[in-house]
Amino acid sequence: MANEIKLLKGNEAIAHAAIRYGADGYFGYPITPQSEIMETLMEEQPWETTGMVVLQAESEVAAINMVYGGAACGKRVMTSSSSPGISLKQEGISYMAGAELPGLIVNVMRGGPGLGTIQPSQADYFQTVKGGGHGDYRLITLAPASVQEMADHVALGFDLSFKYNNPAMILTDGVIGQMMEKVVLPEQRPRRTEDDIRREQPWAALGKPASRKPNVITSLELDSAIMEQNNIRFQAKYKTIEASEVRYETFKCADADYLIVAFGSAARISQKVVELARKQGIKAGLFRPITLWPFPTKALNACKEKVKGILVVELNAGQMVEDVKLAVECKVPVAYYGRLGGIVPTPQEVLEALLSLQV
Amino acid sequence: MNMQEIISPENVVYQKPRLMNDHPMHYCPGCSHGVVHKLIAEVIDEMGLAEQTIGIAPVGCAVFAYNYLDIDWIEAAHGRAPAIATAVKRLNPGKMVFTYQGDGDLAAIGTAETIHACNRGENVVIVFINNAIYGMTGGQMAPTTLDGMKTATCPYGRNVSLNGYPLKISDLLAQLEGTCLITREAVHTAAAIRRGKKALRKAFENAMAGKGSSVVEFVSTCASGWKMTPEQANQWMVENMFPLYPLGTLKDK
Ligand SMILES: Cc1ncc(C[n+]2csc(CCOP(=O)(O)OP(=O)(O)O)c2C)c(N)n1
Ligand code: SF4
Ligand SMILES: [Mg+2]
Repeated sequence: MANEIKLLKGNEAIAHAAIRYGADGYFGYPITPQSEIMETLMEEQPWETTGMVVLQAESEVAAINMVYGGAACGKRVMTSSSSPGISLKQEGISYMAGAELPGLIVNVMRGGPGLGTIQPSQADYFQTVKGGGHGDYRLITLAPASVQEMADHVALGFDLSFKYNNPAMILTDGVIGQMMEKVVLPEQRPRRTEDDIRREQPWAALGKPASRKPNVITSLELDSAIMEQNNIRFQAKYKTIEASEVRYETFKCADADYLIVAFGSAARISQKVVELARKQGIKAGLFRPITLWPFPTKALNACKEKVKGILVVELNAGQMVEDVKLAVECKVPVAYYGRLGGIVPTPQEVLEALLSLQV
Repeated sequence: MNMQEIISPENVVYQKPRLMNDHPMHYCPGCSHGVVHKLIAEVIDEMGLAEQTIGIAPVGCAVFAYNYLDIDWIEAAHGRAPAIATAVKRLNPGKMVFTYQGDGDLAAIGTAETIHACNRGENVVIVFINNAIYGMTGGQMAPTTLDGMKTATCPYGRNVSLNGYPLKISDLLAQLEGTCLITREAVHTAAAIRRGKKALRKAFENAMAGKGSSVVEFVSTCASGWKMTPEQANQWMVENMFPLYPLGTLKDK
């Protein structure tokens, strides 16, 4: 399959992108608003073409542990879910971080807490970038703002997770998952052979040849002195990721007096707000973090002298706003605007929040 | 005949399985875990599967199984081994994949993963060590703990009206279409050990032949958890465990 232009839902784009990336397996459990990912995969039957395994698991707990197992043999495997299901996956994500396993997790967020609502939300920001599971670990987090990025972030997420042997997450929401846009799907890549994997992931548990010691995938170490060293190694890796893998996008920021910081669907709305504000003569700009971890702290810090105020727009009660304040060291007024429980704000109401920032 | 002449390959009547290494074992004296490890090592080697086998270790006393057998291993989260085995086998259909799990791991926290892997008929082997107790965490009640049996969390004896009944999970698994072999073994006598090894061999053959899920339960002792000598533990097992968990083949299709 060559490049192809299609009109797809964000969720469908993820499924097609996974097949075309040459992913080895997908393991999931249905939940709104992301069920189209597994439905599309089941419809496409990639096991007949690329050999990709697609399996509906008995729970999100089982699905993430299937990902753990697949990753442990060096395979490119993924899962997807929405907020309540992602809570169940935290055990497995922590184990993957502890065993230094790559793998891709997609969270198409909905409003919580609890069973909450099936409407879009960004309330899992803290859960994703501050931990979620137990232990001192970090999750590479990508925040797509279009259907095209939903597709692109599948490849980027897999690439980054394999580069650093660390799980990666696409953190998106029901708006991006459900909306339809034109998307360019990449050409089909072949799945890797066992020889490829043995060469590229020499640690993989694929069966021990006589020539090497057993490969053991584990996060367990009872000797605290060694466990501390393991943690120091993880932290060094996280530092490298923070130094090398920050991604963000700016829109009309060069001359901006006021900055909106927003990710994902909130950034889509905020882009419209910037245009509306500029029509009223207010120099507004949009700063959109693409990686939520590593967070674009440095780039935001560089804005602190140039702007008069920052508005952080989120579909939650104000989570990323804390990281923005830290990034600009509170040298600029930082306000928050958001709606909760599955309500998506209109550009007009965000514009009003931006106007009230003006001194 | 001098010593050198006696120590020659043709005179060997028994040796440590080739796949068992010299790592000092942490199991208590009299524990069934070590004997079952040995049988697994022998079966894998005799079938010529050493280079194709991936073991999934549990959370429980056997968490360090990966230290003792020279094969590739994946250490699972507590109870999740069957989910991990599912993915490993599906992504590598030609490999030999087995899990090794205690009663708490398999029949409490991992019940869902166990039942669904077996119900899907995953072509894997589940080795199930039923010692009616949580050995690793210091002897708490397990789903398989006997009625009236004392543990750290039922110090006056398991009370079925409070804690429910001992779970005969193998009987339950035998009901599932996806399972091809369910058998209950023990390693307390030489004869039982020989029978147990045969059962393991058959289970491993089933997995390689794609016949579905095989579960080999070993009714086991935990002398430490039961607060007995190894000898007392064996006797207690025969007298108290076997009536509820009788040895034998529950299903072979
Ligand atoms: C999620 C989680 N809960 C609890 C524990 C603590 N834990 C470790 S082993 C174990 C029970 C093991 O019992 P069993 O599976 O019967 O194995 P045995 O030690 O008896 O061989 C428990 C509760 C854990 N490690 N992880
Ligand atoms: S505590 Fe029990 S199960 Fe664990 S090693 Fe000792 S005897 Fe064996
Ligand atoms: Mg036990």
